[in-house]
Amino acid sequence: MAPRTRGATDPGGQRQLLSAGDVARTVARMAHQIIEKTTLGSASAPRVVLLGVPSRGAPLAQRLATRMAEFSGIEVPTGAVDVTLYRDDLRRKPTMPLHETVVPDDGIDDALVVLVDDVLYSGRTVRAALDALRDLGRPRAVQLAVLVDRGHRELPIRADYVGKNVPTATDEGVDVLLSELDGEDGVLLVRRGEAR
Amino acid sequence: MKHLLTAAALDAAAATAVLDTADGLKHALLGREVHKLPTLRGRTVITMFYENSTRTRVSFEIAGKWMSADVVNVSAGGSSVGKGESLRDTALTLSAAGADCVIIRHPASGAAHRLAGWLRDTGTHVVNAGDGMHEHPTQALLDAATLRERLGGIDGRRIAIVGDVRHSRVARSNVHLLTALGAELVVVAPPTLLPTGLAEWGVPGLRVTHDLDAELPTVDAVMMLRVQAERMHGGFFPSAREYSIAYGLSERRMDLLPDHAVVLHPGPMLRGMEIASAVADSPRSAITAQVRNGVHVRMAVLYHLLAAEEDRS
Amino acid sequence: MTGTSQLVLRGVRPYGEGDPVDVLVRDGVIAELGTVDTGADTTIDGNGAVLLPGFVDLHTHLREPGREDTETIESGSRAAALGGYTAVFAMANTTPVADNALVTDHVWRRGQEAGLVDVHPVGAVTVGLDGEKLAELGGMAASAAGVRVFSDDGHCVADPLIMRRALEYATALDVVIAQHAEEPRLTVGAQAHEGPTAARLGLAGWPAFAEESIVARDCLMAGQLGARLHVCHVSTAGTVDVLRWAKARDTTAPGTQVSAEVTPHHLLLDDSRLETFDPVNKVNPPLRTASDAEALRAALAEGVLDCVATDHAPHAVQDKDCEWAAARPGMCGLQTALSVVVQTMVRPGLLDWRGVARVMSERPAEIAGLPDQGRPIAVGEPATLTLVDPDAEWTVRGAELASIAHNTPYEGMVLPGRVLATLLRGNVTAREGRAGR
Repeated sequence: MAPRTRGATDPGGQRQLLSAGDVARTVARMAHQIIEKTTLGSASAPRVVLLGVPSRGAPLAQRLATRMAEFSGIEVPTGAVDVTLYRDDLRRKPTMPLHETVVPDDGIDDALVVLVDDVLYSGRTVRAALDALRDLGRPRAVQLAVLVDRGHRELPIRADYVGKNVPTATDEGVDVLLSELDGEDGVLLVRRGEAR
Repeated sequence: MKHLLTAAALDAAAATAVLDTADGLKHALLGREVHKLPTLRGRTVITMFYENSTRTRVSFEIAGKWMSADVVNVSAGGSSVGKGESLRDTALTLSAAGADCVIIRHPASGAAHRLAGWLRDTGTHVVNAGDGMHEHPTQALLDAATLRERLGGIDGRRIAIVGDVRHSRVARSNVHLLTALGAELVVVAPPTLLPTGLAEWGVPGLRVTHDLDAELPTVDAVMMLRVQAERMHGGFFPSAREYSIAYGLSERRMDLLPDHAVVLHPGPMLRGMEIASAVADSPRSAITAQVRNGVHVRMAVLYHLLAAEEDRS
Repeated sequence: MTGTSQLVLRGVRPYGEGDPVDVLVRDGVIAELGTVDTGADTTIDGNGAVLLPGFVDLHTHLREPGREDTETIESGSRAAALGGYTAVFAMANTTPVADNALVTDHVWRRGQEAGLVDVHPVGAVTVGLDGEKLAELGGMAASAAGVRVFSDDGHCVADPLIMRRALEYATALDVVIAQHAEEPRLTVGAQAHEGPTAARLGLAGWPAFAEESIVARDCLMAGQLGARLHVCHVSTAGTVDVLRWAKARDTTAPGTQVSAEVTPHHLLLDDSRLETFDPVNKVNPPLRTASDAEALRAALAEGVLDCVATDHAPHAVQDKDCEWAAARPGMCGLQTALSVVVQTMVRPGLLDWRGVARVMSERPAEIAGLPDQGRPIAVGEPATLTLVDPDAEWTVRGAELASIAHNTPYEGMVLPGRVLATLLRGNVTAREGRAGR
């Protein structure tokens, strides 16, 4: 699949939802929420592992971990779980390249795994990620963190941490830009056909 | 990609995509107790082997099963064509019975092409698992995967292919694929075991020589081909002894190789004939890695054929 | 039509030369040539079409007896008439083999019953085509069929001693031995022309020298024994060289010691056809290289190759629509031969229409010793004629050909030249795409 050029669409066809500054603030807030909800650092706290869903969930997980370390002084192990081989829509798209799955050295058994993705939409990616996790180990619990929840769920799945809720129409798309992959930060609402 | 019939049809980009997927699959399964991915759940893969080959058939079967496909093995007893049902009828029957993919090994060159032609109007994919003396594309892909792994890449590497190139589908597939990936190839064989007009095949940079000793010090890899028993009695060379002296990879010859050079063999090996036991079992030998990579490469091929929207091209 | 009826061909150009003339045919013979005022029972308007002597094919496989599911003498005769042929030679590799007068007479009789073309049986050189024991050549030559050509075609008479005996023995019978030149030890398992294309595709090679070495051997023997040799389906430039040399040494009066034929497919097609692995292109000898085809065209123009013979070889679908190695070799050719000759020889200027008459009719009739075929277009000569529209183009469709089998390598090709009418001794055997009397 050819990489998409982001942010190059007709300005009339897209609207900025979050600026670079907004993204940074949102990630910071989410980091605080994860520390709070997982009681990170407390004696009774579980071992927390952040696993991003490639491609954009992986750098997001890194950013959250960096922020969490700043705020709590605790280094949270991060990794990535590629869901491509677990997707239910492979036959509707051209061949999808695989991404790396990275499991922290101590594994995920009995850990509290926080799955991290950029956009929560139908919930099918999260469903695939839960299947993939099952093949990687047996976490004590799994939570979900997303930068944007745009609605239109097709499965009984909800996020535990949401950066921004964005009501969208089905003919719209949400594009998350991250400097690690896209050269800049931001979140755009785009017309269908321009969204990924 | 609807079918995988030849390595000759793969350009560098297409081959690299399959090899990258194979790497990804290998990584995805690394250290896991459960070798099972749900990717091809509900898809039916049929292996149709008109020649005995435990090694290749099992590799495809494991590849399909690790991807959760339903794998059915049809063993066409013996290789007698014209006896019983025609290949065309068998293919159409298997397709009508619901085969999403037919993996065929057949003694006739071009059999996989014919199969793809007969199944043109169906959704059934065809993988060539070796057709006569023509091609064996997944073997070349697994050789390329092994070379990439051991040498860090293929572009610009010098690779010697040694032995019965004339009758070898493995050699034909490798000549095309490794050249497409940028390797510089030298073919080493007695004149009787060289294919006709190799120089006119249009393979850039391909060299032919009969002097193995002269090539070994400068190669990054040496691929030894099997010498089939029927060749030994077919007058292609005077004796097994003379062949072994001139073209076998002995311990002495192995010492001529650069330190980093790798030894490949598609198997099954004739130890003491084309390759010395000590060479086959040495750390230079990537023969076990080839077998392991074979499963991942074949998983990748199935993924590219079956886990994407229908491509009728 | 009875022998007493009259037929007029109006506005035709014999050998494609001069202004159009009319031809009056009476009692199976050309009665007038020029402007014909007489009325006739049948009139065929030529509109300037080319009139040639009826074609003679030294090499067909009509599959009867044995494989009537692919061709019969009747269906093959229709294909021949539609292709402009008035005489065809039916090869001996039937089931049973035509190695005795019983079979050759049967073939002859069936041809007469069909009545569209003179079907001359070719007798086998050796019993069962086994290459070991001479068949009764004398018996077949003396039978009703009067066999004049003997061949083990499909197999080479490879044993040099058997071939020597056959050539020598035939001299007393005034018959010709037609050799399928293929050294069998050099073509074990051969599938395609030995060259870069077949080697790349993994198809076992049929080397050019497997043909050339046999042709050289047989030419030497024929020369020293004073025997007659006809070389079937010459396919390589090297064979052309051998034949040129042999013919230069030929001291017989009209140079009849050695003759040779070439097939339309070897003139037009080459081994680039292998790429698809479609066995419709499988034939023996195999399609050679483009430069071989070029040498064959030049040799036909030059006369080193005497004639065109189709090697018409119908095969059932199941024997062709299979994997390459399992497929039978051969192609249908009777209805496409003229068009291929126009395409490869006439259009490029290698042959004029007189040349076409020579290679399609006169020389093959001479080689086989047919007294009433390949005759001049002149008053008093038999009205055994072919009328050709040189400008028509048509699309080849195997299913539309008269043969029972449809295996043509020209499927979908647009070819020039069409047979408008065929006359056998005054009888119209084909007209406007319909065969019959």
